[in-house]
Amino acid sequence: MTLHLSGASLTHSNGVHALQSLDLHIGASEQVAIIGPSGAGKSSLLNLLATALRPSSGDLQVLGEHAWQLSARQRQRLRARIGLVHQAPPLPPRQRVVTAVLAGKIGQWGLGKSLLNLMHPLDIPGARAALARLDLSDKLFAQCQQLSGGQLQRVGIARVLYQAPEVLLADEPVSAMDPVLAEHTLSVLSRHAREHNVTLVASLHAVELALAHFSRIIGLRDGQILFDLPAREVDRDLLDKLYANEQLQFSPVAPAPLSVQIPRC
Amino acid sequence: MLTRDSRDPAARPRLLLSLLAIALLWPGIHFSELDLGVLLAGDSQSEIGHFVSAFWPPAHGEEFIQLLVQATLQTLAIATAGMALALLLAVPASLLASRALSLSAASRAGRPSPWGQLLRWPVRGVLIFLRSVPEIVWALLFVRAVGLGPTAGVLAIAITYSGMLGKVYAEIFESVDQRPAHALLQAGSGRLAAFAYGILPNVAAELLSYTVYRWECAIRASVVMGFVGAGGLGQQMDLSLRMFASGEVASLLLTFLMLVLLADQLSRLLRWRLA
Repeated sequence: MTLHLSGASLTHSNGVHALQSLDLHIGASEQVAIIGPSGAGKSSLLNLLATALRPSSGDLQVLGEHAWQLSARQRQRLRARIGLVHQAPPLPPRQRVVTAVLAGKIGQWGLGKSLLNLMHPLDIPGARAALARLDLSDKLFAQCQQLSGGQLQRVGIARVLYQAPEVLLADEPVSAMDPVLAEHTLSVLSRHAREHNVTLVASLHAVELALAHFSRIIGLRDGQILFDLPAREVDRDLLDKLYANEQLQFSPVAPAPLSVQIPRC
Repeated sequence: MLTRDSRDPAARPRLLLSLLAIALLWPGIHFSELDLGVLLAGDSQSEIGHFVSAFWPPAHGEEFIQLLVQATLQTLAIATAGMALALLLAVPASLLASRALSLSAASRAGRPSPWGQLLRWPVRGVLIFLRSVPEIVWALLFVRAVGLGPTAGVLAIAITYSGMLGKVYAEIFESVDQRPAHALLQAGSGRLAAFAYGILPNVAAELLSYTVYRWECAIRASVVMGFVGAGGLGQQMDLSLRMFASGEVASLLLTFLMLVLLADQLSRLLRWRLA
């Protein structure tokens, strides 16, 4: 069992109950998508699984270890085996892409090697290979501030691919990409996970992408799991129930006409 | 008339803060006995006029120029050595005092654990102590302890400036986006590595500009400390003032101007290179 949540709740410091007593088991090399409306707790759940946030109550086991019962040093060692792709990758604007990608491994390198790598990139071929899989190798020596949102997301993914973790968690990894690129990027992620026996958990707001690329779908609503089913058993009724929004339906103002917006990349 | 739709909840606090600032400014002027009228009084004007008119021409005898060059080099050396010593203390202290290296903050939405916060206080206390005593007082102390000369100036600058640099560095580290470093800590990296990859790229330009500015301040401070016998341009200035050699004072002031200009250009150059 790679990821194991039992009775885990999460309350943010501002008092918002993000997750309420979740029970979740995800086995080794499973590929799971988390879907749900905005504010359902998808990011919180992924941060919880990544040991980036501590559950307010309940227990979390990752790779067979009770993450929050470890010492800080042991937990850092465990965290080096978990990769988290952020929706808006937090990268310093002036850092070069090559450094940002190679930073994926500083959890495994010592301090000396990390600092040396800052002076001169130690594994340029490795960084280039990771970027090439996402069709971004021409930006190897660009600064992060010169990249668009979608390109930054791909740099964030390349960093995690370079990190080569045993558990790969992705928080809306393709939200700023156009449909074709999103499709391609997700298939890169799931192929990487299959080839290296990596457990993959991704949150997605595009339901079609989730159904197409993942075998198991978890529907999250108001911090609780509404359903946890194989992709083929997820039907229209379930999705309508998941995304139902009373406030929008009964709003007195007529909804503005939807305009299809292709996200920038 | 303010309706509910057009009311800005921040308007009232802003107004109150502005009024408070004005109310605090008045006693400040009153208690410092500031009286600008004095400048316009006839006798003080002629006094200043006499002093300034003797500035021209600035002294430029060969002997004096030699003395000036030597004193300038000494001042630069005092400032640079003092800064180097100060950095030795300030960099580790700023890392210890800042929340930027907090491992617990990464998983607690940016707030370090109570223990971490408690441990940062002694470091902050040391930094406060180091900078609360003005460098001129340290210089007087060290002139007694190690005798007249530049050593006293170097030590005085090292002590006071380590306090200032440490405090401001720590605040600069905390003022930038912490998420890159937190993301790295959450991916298992060590604190220093996360700092070097996540914080340093964002703060480098500001650190550099502040450090060069402080170096400029150290030059000025070393001049002031020269008056109490800590060597450099200040000591020369003291001598020239005592001898009412206004031409020499003018040359010395021109040298200060050049030094500050130099520091300014250096800062610009470095920041441009780093951008």
